Amino acid sequence: MFPASRYSIQAHRCIRALKTVPADHAAPQLYTVVHRRTCSSVTTPRITTHYTIHPRDKDPRWEGVEMERFADEADVVIVGGGPAGLSAAIRLKQLANEQEKELRVCLVEKASQIGAHTLSGACLEPSALIELFPDWKERGAPLHTPVTEDVFSILTEKYRIPVPMLPGLPMNNHGNYIVRLGNFVRWLGEQAEELGVELYPGYAAAEVLFHEDGSVKGIATNDVGIAKDGSPKDVFERGMELHAKVTMFGEGCHGHLAKQLYKQFNLRENCEPQTYAIGLKEVWTIDEKKWRPGRVEHSVGWPLNRNTYGGSFLYHLNEGEPLVALGFVVGLDYTNPYLSPFREFQRWKHHPFVAPTLEGGNRIAYGARALNEGGIQSIPKLTFPGGMLIGCSPGFMNVPKIKGTHTAMKSGMLAAESAFAKITDENLNSETTGLHVPEYAENLKKSWIWKELHAVRNIRPSFHNYFGLYGGMVYTGIFYWVLRGKEPWTLKHCGLDSAQLKPAKDCTPIEYPKPDGKISFDLLSSVALSGTNHEGDQPAHLTLKDDSVPVARNLAIYDGPEQRFCPAGVYEYVPLETGEGMRLQINAQNCVHCKTCDIKDPSQNINWVVPEGSGGPAYNGM
Amino acid sequence: MSGRVLVGVKRVIDYAVKIRVKPDHSGVVTDGVKHSMNPFCEIAVEEAVKLKEKKLIKEVVAVSCGPQQVQETIRTALAMGADRGIHVEVSGKDYDNMGPLQVSKIMAALAKKEEAQLVILGKQAIDDDCNQTGQMTAALLDWPQGTFASEVTLEGDKVKVVREIDGGLETIKINTPAVVTADLRLNTPRYATLPNIMKAKKKKIANVKPADLGVDMASRVEVLRVDEPPQRQAGMKVETVEDLVGKLKEAGRI
Repeated sequence: MFPASRYSIQAHRCIRALKTVPADHAAPQLYTVVHRRTCSSVTTPRITTHYTIHPRDKDPRWEGVEMERFADEADVVIVGGGPAGLSAAIRLKQLANEQEKELRVCLVEKASQIGAHTLSGACLEPSALIELFPDWKERGAPLHTPVTEDVFSILTEKYRIPVPMLPGLPMNNHGNYIVRLGNFVRWLGEQAEELGVELYPGYAAAEVLFHEDGSVKGIATNDVGIAKDGSPKDVFERGMELHAKVTMFGEGCHGHLAKQLYKQFNLRENCEPQTYAIGLKEVWTIDEKKWRPGRVEHSVGWPLNRNTYGGSFLYHLNEGEPLVALGFVVGLDYTNPYLSPFREFQRWKHHPFVAPTLEGGNRIAYGARALNEGGIQSIPKLTFPGGMLIGCSPGFMNVPKIKGTHTAMKSGMLAAESAFAKITDENLNSETTGLHVPEYAENLKKSWIWKELHAVRNIRPSFHNYFGLYGGMVYTGIFYWVLRGKEPWTLKHCGLDSAQLKPAKDCTPIEYPKPDGKISFDLLSSVALSGTNHEGDQPAHLTLKDDSVPVARNLAIYDGPEQRFCPAGVYEYVPLETGEGMRLQINAQNCVHCKTCDIKDPSQNINWVVPEGSGGPAYNGM
Repeated sequence: MSGRVLVGVKRVIDYAVKIRVKPDHSGVVTDGVKHSMNPFCEIAVEEAVKLKEKKLIKEVVAVSCGPQQVQETIRTALAMGADRGIHVEVSGKDYDNMGPLQVSKIMAALAKKEEAQLVILGKQAIDDDCNQTGQMTAALLDWPQGTFASEVTLEGDKVKVVREIDGGLETIKINTPAVVTADLRLNTPRYATLPNIMKAKKKKIANVKPADLGVDMASRVEVLRVDEPPQRQAGMKVETVEDLVGKLKEAGRI
């Protein structure tokens, strides 16, 4: 449970007061790391044991352990079995079969089965699908629910202000389909296998490999059989190396390998930092009388204040039983460290416009994932020698449309086409052993992805004004709806999401209502519904660069926001067993791989790395 | 002795997934749900592979009964070290109604056909918790059985099995051919690593139908209805012992 967050405000202040008592210096709230160590009566317990923080070549427990890896060669290796990765794999094989060329395409995916880590609303715009498979209907693609009704509201605490869904507004859904993206991704996986792609779900890409000339050589999958304390178990085995001429990285929003690649190749020097939101989602079976298949509902406003970006979605699916997919998105540039996206989601469900749909219904699934909001301003350099970035990893989401699947798929297809041309070019004289395919970025800039993202580039940043949400809506109305995004300026974002939090003392805690167990629920029963699990005896994959920072900085200044923004209850501040004070407890087994902690940690101390493959959520048609 | 070991592996819903009952109460939802190899079957495969590595047996054959998807489970067994697989094709109503009786008949037929020296099974499956297949297989074959094994040692043409029983540990010596069922502490299964999964793609999986083995799949059991367990009611706190006795009397418990 959450002993820390269950304490009342007074108790919080007491705990903080107790910590300041041994200190006698001018600014009691500002704990530096050094200060904490010198005046605290307890030393920081060791939290992180992962080898990325404590290298094994210096660790005596690893002496003499066989570290050789088995290696295999492919033409293209794709990291990530989501819409982008699978579309790239499919396109590569389509081209290879058309031109009767041999091409070995290997795809690795950390989920135990394709689609198990996929989570999205989702309203799919079929443009990219039609390009990939013009005969998608005959092939049985699970697009069963065309959008029939589109409703947009601004919510206040008790009422609802309807907003007319005029054609031309970015979130107008005419011609789109409500899909269960997990099922759609599973179908893409089946198509890929039929075409001859080698799919390896259950194996996570843990390391990027480099040639001597610095180009990307491929990836290595995760090692298995490392104990929680970082020592090797009897069943320890090294991961495998997959070498390729071109490696495509489609890890989805905020990929951990992409994070390394940004640094390695300086890919972000000419773009803005990426900004994100967290999306939480549930699937419910509802009373048949309330079911209106094809109905799409979006809302903004309550329970968020006008300066916190976010909103809700509720889609009625048409797949046999009366199912709705609903969820809540909160921009991760929020400033109040007491905000809990999960609890905002739970309390939104009680709104008089939403609750009647859910009454008498049954919740059957829960999950969460971070998503990109940066748009065109935050797209990094997409190619580097030996590799390229596709899909939500660099981030092609059209934020006001709330759609990123079609652009992710298209980016995968463009990457495949450019890479294929280069790999099969017999007269190619590559400077580097890993092939560099800058044509991918050039083709992407000429495609409809770029036009689309360019037109909506100013909508999200327009929310950063005094009127917040309302300013943004006015801006959208004038510049997008009327002028189609043709204004000559490009607004900027505010900087890193992690730098936006205000210190806890400057903010008011939010009083959230208790979950009623019928419409709103507590965190732990929700996490159980995601089916998430990890092998317990492995190092926590939520690694801290410095184990003392959470208590010294995150808890001291921001009241431990990670215990609130994590949608899976991974982070808990618990009292120390001896002495006074708190320590951070990381319940790594609960992790649903949403990446929010890596994004929002105000100290940027948390580094999410991939756990043993096939761990994580077991989403079914999310 | 043929030196061949038959291992049964069952594809079950992953233990961490929250089970949902179908709206028509005829069973649980399995479509798209994460499945994996039954944990006790993993232990059984590991034991067989360990025996092969000690050169005490020559071949490990993995068997699974079910529809097309069980091939993934057989592949995992092959990646752990089994030499070849047998997929007994059972689908539709036959698969929904398949239970230990049908599986044990299939295992018995295959054990005879493959001239197996040893049949190793998991002690029970985590979906039905029947704990019957191993015992029924042994009875049909009229072979000795060593169930709930926490240690298995081959000694010539006999097997020494240490069994986990209610009273502690029981050590028995049985003749081969025999049936052994694996319990939790028998071993720690190895991971099916990617290079082994790739190699496993080249290993053979034979397809067989129950009719080819002379097995009648008709079920003797009909499932009438499946329900979720009733919601746990909140408890009540009482102040005194008299109150407690009074409340228990009220509820008709005493």
